[in-house]
Amino acid sequence: MSGPEPLQVSDATFEEEILKSDMPAMVDFWAAWCGPCRAIAPVVEELARDYQGKVKVAKMNVDENAKTPAKYGIRAIPTLIIFKGGQVLEQITGAVSRSLIENALKKAL
Amino acid sequence: MSAWDYDIIIVGAGPAGLTAGLYAGRARLKTLLLEKLIHGGQVMTTDLVENYPGFPEGISGFELSDRMRKQAERFGLEFRNGEVLDLKVGPDHHLLRLEGEELKAGAVIIASGARYRNLGVPGEEALTGKGVSYCATCDGALYRGQTIAVVGGGDTALTDTLFLCRFADKIHLIHRRDAFRGEKFLQEQVLAQGKVQIHWDTVVQEIQGNQAVETLQLKNVKTGKESSLPVAGVFIFVGIVPNSAWLKGSLPVDEWGFISTNAQMATSIPGIFAAGDVRSKLLRQIATAVGDGATAAFAAGEYLAEHHPR
Repeated sequence: MSGPEPLQVSDATFEEEILKSDMPAMVDFWAAWCGPCRAIAPVVEELARDYQGKVKVAKMNVDENAKTPAKYGIRAIPTLIIFKGGQVLEQITGAVSRSLIENALKKAL
Repeated sequence: MSAWDYDIIIVGAGPAGLTAGLYAGRARLKTLLLEKLIHGGQVMTTDLVENYPGFPEGISGFELSDRMRKQAERFGLEFRNGEVLDLKVGPDHHLLRLEGEELKAGAVIIASGARYRNLGVPGEEALTGKGVSYCATCDGALYRGQTIAVVGGGDTALTDTLFLCRFADKIHLIHRRDAFRGEKFLQEQVLAQGKVQIHWDTVVQEIQGNQAVETLQLKNVKTGKESSLPVAGVFIFVGIVPNSAWLKGSLPVDEWGFISTNAQMATSIPGIFAAGDVRSKLLRQIATAVGDGATAAFAAGEYLAEHHPR
């Protein structure tokens, strides 16, 4: 089954798309040469499909965007941050299992 | 009907496990490969692999492990995500316990690899992910234009120092001896880098910082002189420890936790084989891991044919 791809966000669109989002949002901070980032990418894509209409799933390339990662003190990637009402609800660092991410997502619903 | 779920279960999907899976699949043995995180193992975090034959321009660790997995799956290897909690040795077959499930295997190949070693100094644990990193390809891009430190002197420390030169303005390479252990080729490249300042005979005593890494406390082991070094991040590459704690008591390991085998990759327990970095051996490289994996799969096949003829 196909569905929406994760939304690509940038420093310019972050506030509008994520902080002002009506739904909870999850942002995957990643970079092209980070192996573990590429390894969790399929999980993030699956979650974008499975939580369609419930959670806004997005990705931000830390190579192209410096402001937002700095604002949230991101010093390691992959980092996933779950936002609700503009606030950080949970921050997960490293390549982790789908179930761990899903448990965090469920708390945001 | 067989008395077990799989002829061979392989634990760990790094180069050793994936190669064992390829050979077992081509031998038409019913084989399952279990991986707790992501296929590729430590290779996954390597930016460019330059010493694995067949790729003269080098290949990214991600692409190499992806190709190995696809190749093994093409020949029938079954791949599953799952962590093995323990191993129960039996006379006829062995039992692997996963969360909520037990799997029986005629033979087991342990290829659970190794992970980075901690430095073991104050501040390291508290500041991990806040400037303390063990993965240059993951976190290097976040230190663009900054001053950082690398600790270590082996292949990984040197390779990753070169990678980090793409981002950082200045790299302090801190090594406890007066010479590197890493490949001569890598040493030449690191020494030629204007951005890299080498601190020989120097150890990190403490990593300091409030919200993030700010300062390293250093000590020269020859002169005893102590100093502080302000850095935005520190990358630690001081060797590996084997992933063998899950075997506790069921399979003997050496004093460092590595598994001893003979030249056929057989452990002291019939039907249990080991391959790759988790094995006690001279050189831990992708090139040696794939050799271990092929040998282990072949030896496991011979063992099954001899002890459990169909």
